[in-house]
Amino acid sequence: MSQVMIDTGNYIAAKAAVMCKPEVVAAYPITPQTTLVEGVANYKASGEFKGEYICVESEHSAMAACIGASSTGVRTFTGTSSHGLLLMHEMLHWAALARLPVIMCNINRVVGPGWNIWADENDSISQRDTGWIQFYCSSNQEIFDTIIQSFKLGEHEKVSLPVMISYNAFILSHTSMPVYVPDQKDVDNFVKKRIPKWKLEVENPITFGNIILPHEYEKVRREMQNCQENAKKLIPEIASEWKKKFGRFHGDLLEFYKCEGAEYILLSMGAIGAESKVAIDNLQKNGFKVGLARVRTFRPFPQEEILKLAKKADLIVIDRNISIGNEGALFNEVKGSIYGKTDAKVHGFIAGLGGKDVTFGDIETMCKKAIKGKATDHQVWYGLEEV
Amino acid sequence: MILAIKDLPREECYIPGSAACPGCPATMALRIVFKAIGKKMIMIVPACCTAVIESLHPKTSFDIPTMNIAFEAAAAGASGVEAGLKMLGRKDITVVAWAGDGGTYDIGIQALSGALERNTDFIYICYNNQIYSNTGIQRSGATPYAAWTTTTVSGKTEFRKEMGEIIQAHHIPYAAQACVAYPEDLFRKIQKAKSIKGPKYIEIMAPCPPGWRFGMEKTVEMGTMAVETGAWALYEYENDKVTFNGKSKLILEGKIDRKPIEDWIKYQGRFRHLFIPKKDVKRIKALEDHVDQIWERYRSCYL
Repeated sequence: MSQVMIDTGNYIAAKAAVMCKPEVVAAYPITPQTTLVEGVANYKASGEFKGEYICVESEHSAMAACIGASSTGVRTFTGTSSHGLLLMHEMLHWAALARLPVIMCNINRVVGPGWNIWADENDSISQRDTGWIQFYCSSNQEIFDTIIQSFKLGEHEKVSLPVMISYNAFILSHTSMPVYVPDQKDVDNFVKKRIPKWKLEVENPITFGNIILPHEYEKVRREMQNCQENAKKLIPEIASEWKKKFGRFHGDLLEFYKCEGAEYILLSMGAIGAESKVAIDNLQKNGFKVGLARVRTFRPFPQEEILKLAKKADLIVIDRNISIGNEGALFNEVKGSIYGKTDAKVHGFIAGLGGKDVTFGDIETMCKKAIKGKATDHQVWYGLEEV
Repeated sequence: MILAIKDLPREECYIPGSAACPGCPATMALRIVFKAIGKKMIMIVPACCTAVIESLHPKTSFDIPTMNIAFEAAAAGASGVEAGLKMLGRKDITVVAWAGDGGTYDIGIQALSGALERNTDFIYICYNNQIYSNTGIQRSGATPYAAWTTTTVSGKTEFRKEMGEIIQAHHIPYAAQACVAYPEDLFRKIQKAKSIKGPKYIEIMAPCPPGWRFGMEKTVEMGTMAVETGAWALYEYENDKVTFNGKSKLILEGKIDRKPIEDWIKYQGRFRHLFIPKKDVKRIKALEDHVDQIWERYRSCYL
């Protein structure tokens, strides 16, 4: 029997992580991730979390400790946000290249200066080339379900890569929602014991990570790429297995919403993705043929699925991030996915940077502008360019 | 207790295939460390010469499980390994972080301090060759005053850190300073560290032939002279009490005089500019005075 828990995204994330029984959690506090690590600490104090909880002195050390622990073959979890994630950057690469399936929540928050703790996806987008699988969630239930699925995915022998579960600061991290929490035994049955790809053991001494020559190194990268491709196949499999067992489904690589017969497809991520559903309802009521494809996995990037959409419809992309000097990351990658294969137009908007609110009304305005042919080919800064 | 080198365990975990320079002090120390701890150890190595000494993937010159990790992350990585082993119920395995002075005094000091404060059950070993040697001889916080490095071309203008005192401020169960020239002393200190629970720190003076610019056959001699001139002290720190060992004890107690620092530095090319074209009396005296100051402090604190 599952039960309903009403709590914030962070406490829900702590619950999900603890239910997966990681042997080691190493973490360092940062706003707005703090209540996540406090949640784990509470479970440690109550005895519900039976693993080791290492209170490290920095996020760099948090990831280093997770790497150390994971290399002994045990399950590891951590969480961070914004500057903490950036401080981890070197170790994010290390975890992925070492093929260690560390599972981490990242609460998407603005990067300073100036200091700003609100929602913005530039922190995790700037980690996109580290080799981590990246999920973006749009509700507390999705956070809960995705964390559990991520342990199964990351630790899968065909993947063996770390997984980052991102969700927006405060909009989700500090907002209470009802969440269905399954029985512990059902989680145990879903996430089996980790079987590591390699580990440090005195009975079988190996040297890991010593000097590697170019042709061998290239193979490591190729293998990582292959495993991200494997993840593309496994994410839908694991999501449908979850649906079968627990009755809930948030999409796989993407979540499609009212895309049937749509002439325009809106692509967005994270909390804007949830807000977009209301906008789509209103737009369709008013005769606009626009559907939603909410991107859940930024890595692996769902190129094939996006191309399928672009063969039937023009695309509208909202980015809560900007790769300064170019354009929004999602806009850029969506165009890359369809280049030379369709005539679909792609309209891009930058919106909600610095934690600025993006309401369904804003999303409707952006979609209408694109549909009425008033959007240019380049990306428009919503709210700054008379939109 | 082991009294002589001939009595050391025969088993070698430092096996053929090493890519070390001839006369490398790190390899000498590694052999002793492996013998003292045995095969039930896991080693974490950050960026340092040892990452090269281990040899090329997929081969290795270490017959113990070894994990390489980023430069500043050795102690934090060790905390993770220790936690993982604890959860696996493996109390029989010694976790060792093995880092150079750059990875200890400078870039790794934060993670080291954190792991000591957290009471991680491990031995952190710093092999101190007083430079960033793997990157080609740059200055570190351990480089002595006036020494040439590629980033202190006319000689370093600052004095080295006293890492031992920083470690003591953490009040850990055991810390020690050793030197590759005294393998029996090193062996004993490593074995002692192994027998104690909690965080242990051991620093090994490791004279580096290419880094210090001396002949590869003189590594031991340079180590002996470092101790005899008082440039390096052999001591143990246990339960907040410091005990000096060997010649360092005799120097501390005033039973022998330390040799002039000049006797040590004149054999090292890194100090050549203090002698050629003419003797730099002022800087040699500054080095000498600094060593005197250190020993005065040692005497006031530990005698």
